[in-house]
Amino acid sequence: MPIVDLANPTRFLNIVNRILPWLITATLLLFVIGLYRVVNAPDDYQQGATVKIMFLHVPAAWLGMFGWGLMSVAALGTLVWRHPLADVAGKAAAPIGAAFTLICLITGSLWGRPTWGTYWVWDARLTSMLVLLLLYLGVLALYWTAEEPSRGARAAAVLSLVGAINLPIIKFSVDWWNTLHQPASVFRMGRSTIDPALLIPLLIVALAFTLLFLTLHLAIMRNELLRRRVRSMRLLQAQRLAEARA
Amino acid sequence: MSPFTSLLGRDMRLAVRVGGGALMGALFFLVVVSMIPFAIGPDLALLARIGPAILWLGALLASLLALDRLFATDYEDGSLDLLMMGGMPLELAVATKAIAHWITTGLPLVIVAPLLGLMLNVELHAVGWLALTLAAGTPALTFLGLIGAALSVALRRGGLLVAVLVLPLTVPVLIFGVAAANAAIVGPAPFGPPFTILCALSLASLVLGPIAAAAVLRHGLE
Amino acid sequence: MSLGPHADFIIAAYAVTIFIVVALVSWVVLDYSAQRRILDDLEERGITRRSQREG
Repeated sequence: MPIVDLANPTRFLNIVNRILPWLITATLLLFVIGLYRVVNAPDDYQQGATVKIMFLHVPAAWLGMFGWGLMSVAALGTLVWRHPLADVAGKAAAPIGAAFTLICLITGSLWGRPTWGTYWVWDARLTSMLVLLLLYLGVLALYWTAEEPSRGARAAAVLSLVGAINLPIIKFSVDWWNTLHQPASVFRMGRSTIDPALLIPLLIVALAFTLLFLTLHLAIMRNELLRRRVRSMRLLQAQRLAEARA
Repeated sequence: MSPFTSLLGRDMRLAVRVGGGALMGALFFLVVVSMIPFAIGPDLALLARIGPAILWLGALLASLLALDRLFATDYEDGSLDLLMMGGMPLELAVATKAIAHWITTGLPLVIVAPLLGLMLNVELHAVGWLALTLAAGTPALTFLGLIGAALSVALRRGGLLVAVLVLPLTVPVLIFGVAAANAAIVGPAPFGPPFTILCALSLASLVLGPIAAAAVLRHGLE
Repeated sequence: MSLGPHADFIIAAYAVTIFIVVALVSWVVLDYSAQRRILDDLEERGITRRSQREG
């Protein structure tokens, strides 16, 4: 199917209506399989059962970053190719990305309490995720304050691209800041090898969360298109009332 | 509905609708407090020691910067003139606007403060006390800031002017707020005296702020 | 399955994740039904979009 077909909102809505039930079924199925595997996964020899938090934390971190990536691609679509659905796609990705980044931070701090002895450590990875959350909140605030949807969408698109360029620089400087102050005393989460008995459940859960992300993304895009339709119909209604009075 | 509740409801609805700044203060607070460790380093012991001070400074800046537009939009669309001509005493109207402003921007600060306290390594049992000092002290910041907001609309200058005018007035609030928070967290001084002085400051500014702001508006907008 | 000495933290992590996901999903579902309701209401009152009138 050519991408031009997707440019028509009505056709896009029809496609979404057809795909969504399948996506929801697949997501639920993968979650059942994944959680079954997680429950039966062995404990880590170092961290014991707290490694179960990893199955939430790692996919959430991945999707938090994936969300920004999606927003950046959508931003290119808005600003460069002027695809009519691109700004809807960008706007729909922001709340989901923010939610997963928040999940990543909360599970990270709940994981940190038993491992580090404190809820929050200014560890390089957690801190980078915190900056990402702040950027997401900024984008959401921008959408929230913009009164006219398309203008807000363009502003948010510019901000997403600036963020995408800045995120690697932020990551680098946070790493530098962290090693400068804290010479390798903190327990590092990343290990070079991860046991396959933990890796396979992790991959299944990560796939399930990714499908959840895509499902929610399509559903929010559909809501957004309906919201715009409502807006244009209301404007039309007001226009006709004004004409009738004139 | 009495004039008080209708004005309160109107201001709160305006703050939460699109374009209103209701949660912006809390967001600013979150960003400012997260920036501090980048400046002073991730040393948890140090952060725990200065945590209450960081949170109080962040709350101070957030509540003052959010006050900038308190009267400006009403002045631009003419509703401030209606308020001044209406039957409600101007002092009461101004106080009502400040209360609505505190509920929509001050209260969110108090709610996110425990979370930020945890990030600054303040102990779990102490973050509640810290939030309590903020809840008792931020009304004083709003009511003192009210004077600055009135001055900035009377002089038709916005932006940083409010903060420059009001920050020196908030010194006592900062002193006793941080003193009460430190007393609750590390001791050994008792929590009572600084906390009651903080409450007294809030109550006094509840009276002083609206009277001064109303006077400024009356003289400035004639 | 035993969750070891830190069971509270594991349960809290799963609870928070479930809470956030459920909140997100219910926002999406409620928003969808609200928009649908408004659209149906507008269409009932005879407000149609330009594309519908032409077609």
